[in-house]
Amino acid sequence: MGVMRWEHFPHEADIGVRGFGNTVAEAFEQAALALTAAVTHAEVRPLEPIEVSCATPDLELLFVDWLNTIIYEMAVRNMLFGRFVVAVEENRLHATLWGEPVDVARHTPACEPKGATYTALRVAQEADGSWSAGCVVDV
Amino acid sequence: MDTDRFTRVDATTWRIEPRGAMRVPAIIYADEELISGMDDKVYEQAANVATLPGIVQASYAMPDAHWGYGFPIGGVAAFDPDQGGVVSAGGVGFDISCGVRTMLTGLKITDVLSVQPSLADSLFRQIPAGVGSKGAITLDAVDMDAMLTGGAVWAIERGLGEARDLERIEESGRMGGAQSECVSERAKERQRREMGTLGSSNHYLEVQGVAEIYDAKVADAFGFSNDDVVVTIHCGSRGLGHQIGTEFLKEMVLAAKSSCIELVDRELACAPINSEVGQRYLGAMRAAINCALANREILGHIARRIFRHFFPERSLRLLFDVSHNTCKVELHAVDGKPRQLFVHRKGATRAFGPGHESLPAALRSVGQPVLIGGSMGTGSYVLVGEASAESKAFASACHGAGRALSRHAALRQWSGRKVVDELAGRGILIKSPSLRGVAEEAPGAYKDVGAVVAAAERAGLARRVARLRPLICIKG
Repeated sequence: MGVMRWEHFPHEADIGVRGFGNTVAEAFEQAALALTAAVTHAEVRPLEPIEVSCATPDLELLFVDWLNTIIYEMAVRNMLFGRFVVAVEENRLHATLWGEPVDVARHTPACEPKGATYTALRVAQEADGSWSAGCVVDV
Repeated sequence: MDTDRFTRVDATTWRIEPRGAMRVPAIIYADEELISGMDDKVYEQAANVATLPGIVQASYAMPDAHWGYGFPIGGVAAFDPDQGGVVSAGGVGFDISCGVRTMLTGLKITDVLSVQPSLADSLFRQIPAGVGSKGAITLDAVDMDAMLTGGAVWAIERGLGEARDLERIEESGRMGGAQSECVSERAKERQRREMGTLGSSNHYLEVQGVAEIYDAKVADAFGFSNDDVVVTIHCGSRGLGHQIGTEFLKEMVLAAKSSCIELVDRELACAPINSEVGQRYLGAMRAAINCALANREILGHIARRIFRHFFPERSLRLLFDVSHNTCKVELHAVDGKPRQLFVHRKGATRAFGPGHESLPAALRSVGQPVLIGGSMGTGSYVLVGEASAESKAFASACHGAGRALSRHAALRQWSGRKVVDELAGRGILIKSPSLRGVAEEAPGAYKDVGAVVAAAERAGLARRVARLRPLICIKG
């Protein structure tokens, strides 16, 4: 590790987030880091853990649900998250988000994610066995 | 995109002939330069909308159209429930009832220039903007339900607005048919501390000066003249709308199969209007419209309070409040016959022409104010609805400049500090908690709003009344 394994990709109005990993869970974790990076480039300290779960009929829907779950927790708790531990089994996900309350002066949040979309949604295993997971987020 | 892909009907009307699963044509209104500059995705998305069940006449896109989600941003489509028509959570979008209100101050630009820096500071301190800001109001369950069914009327009853505003807000400030029981607890939780907050991204509060008048008679009826100062607020239904959009998008994607709706793009998620899911969405979406109307009324109230402090002898009067992400039931003439249709406007503004019965007496003879937000540097426009828009696109017009560059590209090209300094040099004060946010919203990242409104006018969608230039911009 140590290499950045997520990216932002352009959308005309908003922003695309994509994570890569050896497993689907890792790709989901990395995409979550990309989501946080859309909001802030500052360090987000992993002070408080939040447990979340989602379940959907397929992996792509699960990915959108996962990002929307983070967006929901960010909004109602007024927090940002900087560390994610994800377990995926079938089409169910359980995860721990680690983060801290938003500090406007330090985090200078650039935007507020409204929701993850089905636009440019792709969760797939590549030919080399690695996974990628991405979609456009409305901000 | 390549204009050869269209049938050019006239200088500003570009038609995609029905093919494949398209039930009706798609029509984009734009001049040659704007349409050449549009992403191919606009073509694809406008054509995809034309495949949805019960669509009437055509799938339309406005001159500011750009790549959206399922529907293009700048998309307009109407559906007939009696012909299997659908309501689409994707067709309304996440920021339900996002819209613009403009308030007249009775001040001249010179009045404001004398206090410009301290007025900007005061607005920035008191208008909660951006991630991490919270409103001064916390709603309990009873208040939440009252707000979701009462809209701006609720805000006014709570002492957070003025009753005379109501006739100048769409639906007289209160959207009928809202059902708070269709709104999930999660959506309500997301809104509990968000009333009276501006939000983030392209949302703003601006103090603007009237820089140019195109139609003095209409400007007079609207109540402003050259060098007058107005306050414009652009925001929506905040977390509540985002959560409703998120939840129903998923539910409609899953329900589409059982309703035998073939979605060429999952983001087109929709349900028959005459279905349990469709009706439940309409109840929730209308509650979110009320949330947006209440929110803009409260923000207007805060702006009034601040202006009263600086200019005790003046009071802010609402010119108009109009939403651009909605689905509304409206009566439209189709082939000469009036039909009740569910009109989706996704990044498009309702634009009723003169004589429309929903307009207040003072505006009825001239038409509805159509408020077009620009970018921080380029200014905004006030347009007026034209009778011709009825047959063109179910009485709709553009809503803004539309992005030309992604946030990603904007960030590579500009620094927030430089944008703030450059604009300050031109007399525009930008206040934002995030310089990166300012860079992502740099004026150069947007299309030329002047070209967009000129095209809207040539296409007969709405007519220019005035151009506004920014003096102070509070960005989330």
